[in-house]
Amino acid sequence: MNNTIKFKIDGKEIVAEMGKTIVEAAKENGVYIPTLCNFPGVPPKGGCRMCTIKINGRFMTSCTTPAAAGMEIESDTAEINDLRKSIIELLFVSGNHFCPACEKSGNCELQALAYKYQMMVPKFPYSFPLKEVDASSPKIIKDQNRCVLCQRCMKTIKTEDGERYFAFENRGDKLEVILDPELGQKMTDEIAKLAMDNCPVGSIIQKEVGFVEPIGTRKYDKEPIGTDIDV
Amino acid sequence: MPKKITIEPVTRVEGHGKVTIKIDDEGKVRESRLHIVEFRGFERFVQGRPYWEAPVLVQRLCGICPVSHHLAAAKALDVIVGAGTGDGLSAVGDKMRRLMHMGQFFQSHVLHFFHLSSPDFLFGINADPAIRNVIGVIEHHKDLAVQGVMMRKYGQEVIYHTAGKKIHGTGAIPGGINKNLSIAERDLLLNGEAPLNADQMVEWSVAALNFFKAYHKSNKTLVDTFAEFPSNHLSLVRKDGALDLYHGVLRAVDTNGKRILDDVDYQDYDKYIEEEVRNWSYMKFPYLKHLGKEKGWYRVGPLARLNVCDFIPTPLAQKEFEEFKAYTHGKPNNMSLHYHWARLIETLYAAEEIRNLLKDPDLQNEDLVVKGEKLNKGVGVIEAPRGTLFHHYEINKDDQITLANLIVSTTNNNEPMNQAVNHTAKSFMNGQKEITEGMMNAVEVAIRAYDPCLSCATHALGQMPLEMKLVDSNDNVIDTKNK
Ligand code: SF4
Ligand code: FES
Repeated sequence: MNNTIKFKIDGKEIVAEMGKTIVEAAKENGVYIPTLCNFPGVPPKGGCRMCTIKINGRFMTSCTTPAAAGMEIESDTAEINDLRKSIIELLFVSGNHFCPACEKSGNCELQALAYKYQMMVPKFPYSFPLKEVDASSPKIIKDQNRCVLCQRCMKTIKTEDGERYFAFENRGDKLEVILDPELGQKMTDEIAKLAMDNCPVGSIIQKEVGFVEPIGTRKYDKEPIGTDIDV
Repeated sequence: MPKKITIEPVTRVEGHGKVTIKIDDEGKVRESRLHIVEFRGFERFVQGRPYWEAPVLVQRLCGICPVSHHLAAAKALDVIVGAGTGDGLSAVGDKMRRLMHMGQFFQSHVLHFFHLSSPDFLFGINADPAIRNVIGVIEHHKDLAVQGVMMRKYGQEVIYHTAGKKIHGTGAIPGGINKNLSIAERDLLLNGEAPLNADQMVEWSVAALNFFKAYHKSNKTLVDTFAEFPSNHLSLVRKDGALDLYHGVLRAVDTNGKRILDDVDYQDYDKYIEEEVRNWSYMKFPYLKHLGKEKGWYRVGPLARLNVCDFIPTPLAQKEFEEFKAYTHGKPNNMSLHYHWARLIETLYAAEEIRNLLKDPDLQNEDLVVKGEKLNKGVGVIEAPRGTLFHHYEINKDDQITLANLIVSTTNNNEPMNQAVNHTAKSFMNGQKEITEGMMNAVEVAIRAYDPCLSCATHALGQMPLEMKLVDSNDNVIDTKNK
């Protein structure tokens, strides 16, 4: 049985294995669709809406939608890109993202997306929420000012027994992703590094290594986000 | 009825100042005050932040000499991460930072001389402000203007290759530096295409000095008497008495050259220096504790540094230093406009230092960072282009900053600037009841000699915007004049 399917993104023919999500299929075919909450190896959940596309005229999240034969998808259009830019702007104004002094600057996906979609200044009012910094772990700092609640840390950072280091706390606009205080005390350097790397922003920062990586050598200093995928 | 004249520069965010001159019925100057509104919020909002953010965060205080804040903070954090105070870093860590600092000195001093001060020298302080600005220099003295631009550019290239960015880089990290200098970068800075190479910079620095000396020769009375007043002088100095802008001990001399602060370790700066708050200014007034508020204030910056040090460790600048010292027979120099002379000698020193450092193979070493046992307090002091700069941090066991205290160069020069304004007002305004262009210019020139941050903010593109108010003893405005 032939289990490959064909569909189109912005007029380009995409050939993919059945069962792949649109984001995955696009990536394999050299088409970049921006994502933020989606993370390889973790079931997609459609939280951030960065990957929004239009399928046959309807808005959908491409990280959660399986590709199907014959789909006509719009992605890199003025309308959709403007929507993506708005999502980035909302994320910026709902936290306290002060890039100049952030260790993650240059390696931050949110910042890289803001550059890619040419955010100059957010069109929404800043909310300047009062947020805490949890520095109690000897290995990391959990800075709530910068968390975009993507859950990537919750899903990927676990102990050998499968216990999660990070979990939700509170609800509504008080919702936060916090570090388990006990597990935080026992964290290893390897886990700390992985947590920092898996966080798309600067909400998880490994202690003692601030600014060791010079400007110019950081991931998005070299090329804009998505360049490695787009052909 | 006594009148109060207010000169109010309209400024951008980082500094806002106005001058108030009180005049009695006869037009005699009774007293003058320079008010500077400085936003000091940084000390508050670094609290709670992880300590390693300080060098990157606090440098945002300033867009002209951020490297000074970057390095002063890094030096304080060296102490905190157990890398000692100043001499504990690896050779490459120490020398890369020095190179960065010299790049910044060079560009900042050049900016001040060519963009801000040269119009006064070229056209005279009473010249029409429409010509007496950097645009006028470009039109009438093109070669000089081009030199200024290229020298500044060179300094910024040095910063770029050491800090990662021309403004607000990240090069200095607690315990060292995050990159060394590649051979390619070294060759570019040392032997780059003319005019952007080290030899050309030394040559042009000599030329700028000669330009000033020629001006001095034909304007002796003005340069030597303008805002001349006795004071103490304070700066860092290398342990052997050499001029050292990056590290050393704190030394102060009085107006006769007597040591009044004898080479103390700046980790204890708060034992020797106190800051007075006066109700009419947001900027504090620092003074030497043991001498008290009245007698303990001091000048900082280029003039103070050359008054404090014994020699300059580079040959060309040393020769100029000897001439500078001979002018006052070895005694401290108290002439405000000689700040410009001292600044240009330092510019030459910085150019020579850059050239020396670039030839040093230690810059290619790989051992970038040194750390030891962590402490919870660190003080970093550096000579910024405008004077001695203090950064003091304390952290908790979770690596968060709990206390930050900064004494910036312009604050150290607060009382001297007030004195300079007062002297200028007395000699230029006594007996006059009208505000003249010349009076306003003179006050502006007096302030500018000290190169306070606010003058950068207000003067970069021409005249310092001034608003002068005549106010009677009840503070009623009776006249206003703008320029
Ligand atoms: S800490 Fe980082 S990875 Fe975790 S939810 Fe917040 S932004 Fe996502
Ligand atoms: S990446 Fe698809 S919703 Fe976040």
